[in-house]
Amino acid sequence: MEIKKTSLNKLHQSNNAKFVEFAGYEMPIQYSKGIIEEHKFTRSNSGIFDVSHMGQLFIYGDGSLTEELEKIFPLDLKNLKQNCSKYSFLMNEDAGIYDDLIITKIEEGYLIILNAACKDKDFEILSNLLGSKFKMNLDNNRSLIAIQGPKSVEILNSIINGVDQLNFMTGNWFDSNNQKLFVTRSGYTGEDGFEISIFNEEAEKFVENLIKKGAQLIGLGARDTLRLEAGLCLYGHELDINKTPIEANLRWAISKSRLSNGGFIGSKKIMNQMQDGASQIRVGIKPEGRLIAREKTKIFNDTDTPIGEITSGTFGPSVNGPIAMGYVNKEFSKVDTKILLEVRGKKHPASVCALPFYKKNYVKGVN
Amino acid sequence: MSEVKFSKEHEWITLDGDVATIGITKHATEMLGDIVFAELPEKGSNVEKDGTAGVVESTKAASDVYTPVSGEVVDTNQSIVDDPAKINEDPEGGAWFFKLKIKDSSELDTLMNKEEYDKFAKETSS
Repeated sequence: MEIKKTSLNKLHQSNNAKFVEFAGYEMPIQYSKGIIEEHKFTRSNSGIFDVSHMGQLFIYGDGSLTEELEKIFPLDLKNLKQNCSKYSFLMNEDAGIYDDLIITKIEEGYLIILNAACKDKDFEILSNLLGSKFKMNLDNNRSLIAIQGPKSVEILNSIINGVDQLNFMTGNWFDSNNQKLFVTRSGYTGEDGFEISIFNEEAEKFVENLIKKGAQLIGLGARDTLRLEAGLCLYGHELDINKTPIEANLRWAISKSRLSNGGFIGSKKIMNQMQDGASQIRVGIKPEGRLIAREKTKIFNDTDTPIGEITSGTFGPSVNGPIAMGYVNKEFSKVDTKILLEVRGKKHPASVCALPFYKKNYVKGVN
Repeated sequence: MSEVKFSKEHEWITLDGDVATIGITKHATEMLGDIVFAELPEKGSNVEKDGTAGVVESTKAASDVYTPVSGEVVDTNQSIVDDPAKINEDPEGGAWFFKLKIKDSSELDTLMNKEEYDKFAKETSS
């Protein structure tokens, strides 16, 4: 299959991107400055991320759409206000995660942002569940640009006036250059920022404008170190079809009102695990010294019994040390529990730690 | 001090008497990206030509460091373990990895000179 390209591909090339294939797309892993510089620039200034490979699924329908979606997602969608967003998951009957996603209530429907590698399957699953009653559009005509970091609000507001009035996890339609853009105050870096849904043919000009105002392009490499420092899950690593939201320590993302009554796909398993606890749980892990423990590193207790596995591990540029996340047996999930990580045949000391590694700078409310 | 020689695994080596100094090339660091971890062989240990003699890790991945010649490790550069970013800054100078008392100087004959290596690096990276 031919590799897909986003509408910003030429711009990446002219900015000396190193490309990798990611979920069937040619995506920039880094630009000339490298992952650490890009990471630090995002934390101190404003980074631009091309996330156009992600799915933008618009679903339109009457009042029954909310009811139908509540049978799928563990959210209180009836009480979700228009233009408000929630983090959630698409699950199977065993509460295994098909995908994690952001769902926003928009006029006459919902916008769901899906992972690139999962979007086509998600569309198929949702189409089967919802039938033909609702208009569903996995929109390929739109690009998705994230701008993240403390200077992003000022930069974006100088181009799209009014975005500074958005609260965290809310969005709205804005007019810019006679274009309708959907902007949400959200992101996946642990920084304040925005995600902008924009028509493909306008995307390059828009990003060039952001660069002129002082923001810089950031690759997937830094996106990964940023999200890991922020303690955020990445599908295919922390999350997959064999993990449940309870095991992934994402109970906070399930609406309280839905936990007591259930009625969504996977609710039985979720409610059982809420009562009995999950046997394994996702934790933060801090290796001692500078040792980096990558994905699939085996975790042991102090008597050499295997107790789990690392799902993501790297060097955290802002915490200036190695960081990781993984799953351990419940009894070893307490913060400060001493564990051992097997790297290149040797066991190295580490401890379970609280997440995030890097404190979030989200804007809670501005109005 | 001898001419700098290069291996296909992107190490450089210089010889002073029977002691060789070994590190990784600038080209290697550019391919690896930001280096955040380095592991060196133990002083006093013996390493064999083309065998593993250390590890470097970038933000992206781990890579083995090989020794282009056999010998006994007589010194290691602790400063790159403490501050791996030095490897990106000065790979073919201050950020050497280890020194070997070599066994057989003829092992150097199989290695490339600078011109040959630059050509090799250019060909293999494109």
